[in-house]
Amino acid sequence: MELIAALKLAEVGDELEVLSTDKGSANDIPEWINKVGHQLLECREEDGVHYIRVRKTR
Amino acid sequence: MATKLNIVCVSGTRENLQMAAMFAATAAVSGSVVSVFLSMNALSYFVKGKQQSAPAEGEIGRLMEKKNVPPFEDLLRQAVELGDAKLYPCSMAMEVLGIRDEQLHAYIEEPIGLTKYLSDVEDGHIMTF
Repeated sequence: MELIAALKLAEVGDELEVLSTDKGSANDIPEWINKVGHQLLECREEDGVHYIRVRKTR
Repeated sequence: MATKLNIVCVSGTRENLQMAAMFAATAAVSGSVVSVFLSMNALSYFVKGKQQSAPAEGEIGRLMEKKNVPPFEDLLRQAVELGDAKLYPCSMAMEVLGIRDEQLHAYIEEPIGLTKYLSDVEDGHIMTF
């Protein structure tokens, strides 16, 4: 929800990155990004932390 | 046309309210039109200034309190603020509990009755918690 709130305030074209230690978020966030039509730029895991980068497209 | 999801909250236990709020918030931020009808023991948590927390029914509810899970009130407010969700207090429950409209949080709609709710949700799914 923090990402969604941040995206709402962001400008189209802005990039945001979410860091999460929760595997559920790592699955759900890309799913949500695709569903609402933003662009998933990166989704990787390093030492148990998931890095998800997204660009606001609309 | 956007998908419609209708949720009826009846129970006042933490688990039920949490699950309803998670469905409402997820659907609302994914583009669905969501309506949540608050009645019976679920209603009183939406009165301003009420500090009482919803009692846990079992293990998960108890663990959720300890594990920093976002509270259901916050999720429902976000569903309204970030998505297309509306929360409707049940007029019957308002009357039984003696709650006036202005005692409810500002993100809650005006109370409605069952007849109005039924006609609003005619063509959508209803989940009951």
